[in-house]
Amino acid sequence: MDFGFILSQSITQAIGVTAIIYCIAAIGLNVQFGYGGLLNFGQVGFVAIGAYSVGATVVKVGSSLWLGIIIGILLGVALALLLGIPTLRLRADYLAIVTIAASEIIRFASKSIDFLGGAQGVTGPIGADFYALNPFPESLDRIGFGDFSFTRIDMWLVVTGWAIIALITLLTWALMRSPWGRVVKGIREDEDAVRSLGKNTYLFKLQVLILGGVFGSFAGMYSAVAKGAVQPDGFVPDFTFFLYVMLILGGTARVMGPLLGAAIFWFLLVFVEQTLKEGVSSGVISFITTTQIGPIRFILVGIGLMLLMIFRPQGILGDRKELMLDAR
Amino acid sequence: MHQRTKGSSARWLLRLVIVGLLGLGVSLGLAPSASAEDLQLTVRVQDEERNAIPDAAVTVEGPDGFSAAGVTDGEGLALVPIPANTTVTVTLDEATVTQPVIEGNVREVQILSRDKTVIFRLGEGGGGGGGSSITLERVLQLLFGGVVLSFIIALASLGLSLIFGTTGLTNFSHGELLTLGAFTALVLNTAGGLNIIIAAPIAIAISAALWGWGQNQLLWKPLRRKGTGLIAAMIVSIGLAITIRYLIVFFFGGAPKSFEQFAGQAPIDLGPIFVTPKELILSGIAIVVLTVTVWWLKVSRLGKATRAVSDNPALASSSGVNVELVISAVWILGAALAAYAGVFLGLTQNVVWTMGQYLLLTFFAAVVLGGLGTIGGAIVGSFVVGITVQLSTLLVPTELKTAAALFLMIILLLIRPQGLLGRRERVG
Repeated sequence: MDFGFILSQSITQAIGVTAIIYCIAAIGLNVQFGYGGLLNFGQVGFVAIGAYSVGATVVKVGSSLWLGIIIGILLGVALALLLGIPTLRLRADYLAIVTIAASEIIRFASKSIDFLGGAQGVTGPIGADFYALNPFPESLDRIGFGDFSFTRIDMWLVVTGWAIIALITLLTWALMRSPWGRVVKGIREDEDAVRSLGKNTYLFKLQVLILGGVFGSFAGMYSAVAKGAVQPDGFVPDFTFFLYVMLILGGTARVMGPLLGAAIFWFLLVFVEQTLKEGVSSGVISFITTTQIGPIRFILVGIGLMLLMIFRPQGILGDRKELMLDAR
Repeated sequence: MHQRTKGSSARWLLRLVIVGLLGLGVSLGLAPSASAEDLQLTVRVQDEERNAIPDAAVTVEGPDGFSAAGVTDGEGLALVPIPANTTVTVTLDEATVTQPVIEGNVREVQILSRDKTVIFRLGEGGGGGGGSSITLERVLQLLFGGVVLSFIIALASLGLSLIFGTTGLTNFSHGELLTLGAFTALVLNTAGGLNIIIAAPIAIAISAALWGWGQNQLLWKPLRRKGTGLIAAMIVSIGLAITIRYLIVFFFGGAPKSFEQFAGQAPIDLGPIFVTPKELILSGIAIVVLTVTVWWLKVSRLGKATRAVSDNPALASSSGVNVELVISAVWILGAALAAYAGVFLGLTQNVVWTMGQYLLLTFFAAVVLGGLGTIGGAIVGSFVVGITVQLSTLLVPTELKTAAALFLMIILLLIRPQGLLGRRERVG
């Protein structure tokens, strides 16, 4: 078993494109669930909106990526308003069911709209405008050392991705220590108390939903650019559930929580997968087959989520007192 | 190209969905880890009903004279090795297929460092489903399908609603109770060699004991003692759902299965509509089961206690009701009902690891529509949802049929948050 290879693969994934997509979306969820206490189970809907915005603008309309990004932001805001105005008055469990239902409606709808490519989705040079800006010289084939390296394109994606994460993390950090952030956290703790201080809690919750939703939309745009494709069946509720796992693992309502959570989540997932793969192919592990490796990772995700929520709901960085959320 | 029958096209749809989901599972984690040389392009060729089209030839051409070819197999799939970081042109040879290709037979595909999938659809175009004219026969056939679906939803939603009512848990793993029930019956049926008529009751009993009572004893009871919050418990149930689902894939694989008996039953002609005898019998049993359950909740001592706990656990407890006993009873009942729903679904469609997951949102829609925690509400809501799902295909594409029910739920929540039969209380 080549542990050097397994480790470098896992680290590459922990900071790679997939982790970045989930991390951006998880930062949005952290704003909504962690700071605002909004049980948004439909974050994947925002991701889908963002991905389709750039995908359809570039491939179907033939316009530029930058226009697509603006449309993505606007549609993210629109979805947050559409979803938030009627539902933010509902109790937490109702909000969860309605948001998950809304995200499924978006997925079903995008599958049936021919303009969005139906079940096949949108495929094409979505990120061409972005790749044209790649500063890494074309003479470089791979950047990094040994197994731990990225291709020129991936390197550009990863650097941009982490720059986006740094920016929105900084924004979240600044907002949450502002007076606005204190009101938001106050609403999570005791909405009635904040309301009695004369704050329009409904408006604050709506703003929180919009902010987190736009972050989610960013994740979708990034994913569309990185993959060169938007496929509706990538936007299943499990996406949102995985975001919750990362968020809770890293530490809910902590600025660095989603970053740490996403990186560790992907590190562990790839580490387990690669170790089992190596083990099976080298004959060390004989009681499972290669096709059973995929499910094992998700079994571990599920068990991990349960154990975390039961024994350490504050995750790695969190503060237990900040997580006394409750419905009813 | 032979034309498939209606039932088998539905099965193919299910299979495609599963392939898609599995593909997602793979793409979530596996995809980027492939090295630059061994990327794979998957080409799927299907008709408008998503039936696989075998023997279609595809060629893939890229820069630097790269060229590869493939022919689709029985699953309609052709696997072609491709280089990374390039743009290739995928061409489907129109001479090898009998129908025109929707959106053209040439596709430009940008390949980065991940595997890719390209789907060609064959047919006359114009989107899937919803198109054909509305006839009385079609309405009646869909209505019948809707009623059958309603029984399955009602069996599961009743348990979901009871568990929510007595414990406050929004159980995201309730769909898996249905799946577990079906798979328990499948094991007894295929590995145990029991006829499904005998296997089903045994599976329901095992489900009630293990998956219902056992689950409550091992997981939810300790959590209640620990004072775990309801949101935390909700998230735990999501973890449990993921765990159970992938345990089933681990042991049984992802492919859909059928019970040994009654798998391909010929439908009988009942005037305007076609029905299979198994649908009629299973629906008949469902009517009896639901009636007995509701009657039991209304008149029996434990049933009354259940409703008292649903109403106000603290007050019921202080009036001498053994709350934990009631909760155990509710889990046993809920798991048994869900297991029957699983066998029902498995007999009329397929036994597959996603069967409960797909229906979970319709259960929620039913329970919320009827009024969260009310018994009659869950059943009324189930019929509204089940019939809406089926009848909506008259007007909207098939992909949107579940969306129609979810949309209905959201609208109703806005106008009447307590649901159709619920009492006015705080939901905000």
